[in-house]
Order: sequence, then structure tokens, then C-alpha cells
Amino acid sequence: MTADVEAAVADAFHAEWGRVVATLVRLTGDWDLAEECAQDAFATALERWPRDGIPRRPGAWLTTVARHRAVDRSRRQRLGESKTQEVAVMAAGADEDDDEVTDEEVPDDRLGLMFTCCHPALSFEAQVALTLRTLAGMTTPEIAHAFLVPEATMAQRLVRAKRKIRNAGIPFAVPPSHQLVERTGAVLAVLYLLFNEGYSASSGTDLVRRSLTAEAIRLGRILCTLMPDEPEALGLLALMVFHDARSPARLDADGELVVLTDQDRTLWDEAAIDEGRTRLDAALRLRRPGPFQVQAAIAACHVEDGPTDWTEIAGLYEHLFAMSPSAVIALNRAVAVSMSEGPEAGLALLDRIAPDGELRAYHLLPAARADMLRRLGRRAEAAEAYRRAFDLAGTDAERRYLERRLLEATA
Amino acid sequence: MRYLLMIALDESAGARDAEVEGAEITPEYAAFMKDMAERGVLLGGERLRLTSDATTVRVRNGETLTTDGPFAETKEQLAGYFLVDCKDLDDAIDVASRIPGAQNGSIEVRPIWEM
Repeated sequence: MTADVEAAVADAFHAEWGRVVATLVRLTGDWDLAEECAQDAFATALERWPRDGIPRRPGAWLTTVARHRAVDRSRRQRLGESKTQEVAVMAAGADEDDDEVTDEEVPDDRLGLMFTCCHPALSFEAQVALTLRTLAGMTTPEIAHAFLVPEATMAQRLVRAKRKIRNAGIPFAVPPSHQLVERTGAVLAVLYLLFNEGYSASSGTDLVRRSLTAEAIRLGRILCTLMPDEPEALGLLALMVFHDARSPARLDADGELVVLTDQDRTLWDEAAIDEGRTRLDAALRLRRPGPFQVQAAIAACHVEDGPTDWTEIAGLYEHLFAMSPSAVIALNRAVAVSMSEGPEAGLALLDRIAPDGELRAYHLLPAARADMLRRLGRRAEAAEAYRRAFDLAGTDAERRYLERRLLEATA
Repeated sequence: MRYLLMIALDESAGARDAEVEGAEITPEYAAFMKDMAERGVLLGGERLRLTSDATTVRVRNGETLTTDGPFAETKEQLAGYFLVDCKDLDDAIDVASRIPGAQNGSIEVRPIWEM
């Protein structure tokens, strides 16, 4: 087999897996059957594309093959007669040897699948796992690895989730308008968690965890295509691509953490930054602000050429805090104010955050304090705060960064 | 699909104090039941006496053990139920959200395990 065909199948897997599974779930109502048939279709592609060439519409070809498998399997398993009929009718439309299938014949069912996977009647953990399995096509061992749980635990989680979908009658559908805002929020929350899991792992060498970032962005793009008028989906996508654009500059050649202000901007991904700006503009034109759009606007400020506009950023954080008051946002606002108005003003805001509250184990709270104290020349207090931050830091890269700062403060 | 919608209210917090002997159904519940009957989802439903009137029965080694009170001590207690026939879980969640008891208690939506 040529490398071209292998690459084509791999591309098709990334681009089309979710779509094939979504259509099969809609047709059969059977999630396991849908996954098995999708797997069969990709296996068939590996056999036949080297011989017959890559079809013009790989997605339509794969969906058609998967439908045929569904008919075969449901006949064999003697599933409900009516379902078999329905699948048979759908499969009759196009033959897998016929490359003339059009996109109209293969409706995009991924939006319905996203809403089902992220249904609030499922636990958040189950929503995340189902999204990765059915929409992104990650295997159960990969998902288990990405979330650092035993494979058996993840397999059980997926089995339970699929069972609840079936037994509780969770619909495969885009929710009606009166439920759409809440339910869209659930989908966005899952994508954002995937992104953050991947992003926080990007200092390590763990490729499976890092791939979560790319999966989240890919699913975000699909969501924006399917819901072009949803400003928060656009806002989230903009936020994710802005962060991702900067990731090549987050670590230096020795693997040491580089803070935003010290990053080498030539390493930033300009194309990704452009996409972020385009998506954010599209979101803002819809004139329905939301927390993801504000966060994306903050991220956009950070990638502007020239000196960072900290006054603008502090204002955006204030806006964000009004929308969703949380201690993390209060912390970020304090840091922005310390940059725009000076460290005293920042410290005054930090003092309002309870040290034993939500952020008691968050290393960036003492780290921010330490930085402001250092700028004020209060070196002994700064060193003390750096030490506290060091004790709470989660990764080696963070600890080494704080250690360097501690040495500077005590030098 | 059929679902049992169980209404759980905190008796000790006074959630059922307004219900007195001989009183008629509240206008809120009357309106809810009328709406749901018109929507064609309502199969049945009842209000239950307080857990202080409950008796729990267990048979162990052939011996019947009878105790005063509900089968489990919980923060909220079963106060009543509706049996509904809905298109899917989203439909059942919508019906549950309209039960007046959802305002000051919780509604557990449980699919019926059909035989």
C-alpha cells in the first residue's frame, strides 16, 4: 500500500469518523452497532482504496459502506424489523462502488450526536468520554490514558452512558429552541474541558493527552459550521485557537516555561491567530455577548502587535467577572490591574480573594502575589510567596520557573 | 416511553405544611394536571401521606418485620408521583419542570422498565 492511501484513510478517519457514526446512530439507534459499522467501513477503505483509488467523496463512500454493514449486521442479529427496513431503505440509495454519491444524500448528523453526547442527564465525565469516542473516534484505551483512569473504568463509563441513553430515552436530536441555550452551554463546556486537559499536558511529552487540544479545536470548528449563529461557539473556538497559536512559544529550548510577556512572538502561529480574529469578529457581530467571547477578546489583546493594552484587558476581566464571578477571574483581573495601574492596585484586589477559599491549592494565587511584591521591592515577602507557590505547583516546568524567580528575589 | 415522575419535598422544612386535611387541590396542581391531560401525557398520579404515616415492611428468614417510617432517611421525602407517557427524556424533563413541586422540591424522572 502506498503512503498516500494510508494518509488518505488517516485523514478521512479524522474528518469523517464522527459523521459516519452520527448517521449510523440516527439510522439504527444502536450506538455499539454504529461504532462497529464505522470501524468496518474504515477497514474496507484500507483494503479497497489502494486497489480502486481514493473516492472523490471519502465521507459519502464510508457512510454508504457503513450503512451496508448495518443492514447486514442487523439482519444477522434479527433486530427490530422496522429498523432493518429503515436502514435498508437508506442503504438502497447508493452503492459503495458508485462514486457518484452526493453530499445531499449524506446529511450531517453530527450536531444531534453532539447534543446527545453532552446531554445533562449524563454525568460530565460520561459526556466527555462519549464525545471523544463517538465524535472524535478516540479508542477507549486512548481516552482512559488521556484522563489517567484505568481502561476498565473508562470502558465501564462508556457502557453505562450508552445504556442510560437507551434506557432513559435520551433523544438523538438538536434540542428545541427553549432548551438550546442551556444545552449548547453543556456542549461548549465539554469542548473547553477537552482543550484545557490537552493544553495543560502540552508541557509534557504525552502525545495522547496533547491530542485533546487538536480534537477540541476540530470539534469546535464543526460546531461553528453547524451552528453559525451561535456566538459563544465562535467565541470558544476563537479562544482555543488563540491559546493554541501561542503554544509553540510556551517552552524554551530547554523545556522551561516562558511567560507570555517574554515569549518569542515569531514562534506564534500567525494563521491560527488570523482564524481566531476572524471567528471572534463573527461572534461579536451577532451582538450576544457571553463569557467565551470576552475570554477570546482578552486572548486577542495578548496577541496584538506592540505593547499589551493592560487597561483594555483589565476592563474585559471586570466585564467577565460580572458575567461569571469566580475567584480565578478575580485573580486574573488583579494581575491585569497590577499591569495597568501598578502593583499596589493589584495587591489591593488580591487581598479581596480569600486565601483559604476556592483557590487555596492554586499556585498562581501566591505566584501573582509574589510577582507584585517583587515589583514593589518587598523582597522577603515576595520570596515567602514564591515558596508557597512552588509548593503548590503541579508540573516540573512550573516549579523550575518559580524556583528561578525565587532565586532572583533572594539574590 | 413511560416515566414515573417522583416528587420529593423536604417535610421538615415545611414544604408540605400548606397541605391540610380536606383542602382542595391547589390551583397550581389543577392547572398542571389540566395542561398535561390536554397534552396527552398524563397516565396517572397521586399525592401521598407524610412519611410519619409510612410503614416499612421487610421479610427476613420468613419473618415479617414491620417498622414505623419510610424505608430510608433522606433529606427530601416522596410526596407524590405522576405517571406520564412522553416522546423521550427531553419531553419528560419538560413535563417534570412544570410540576409545581419542582419549585420547592425535586422531581426524579425514572423510566419505566417495560416487561
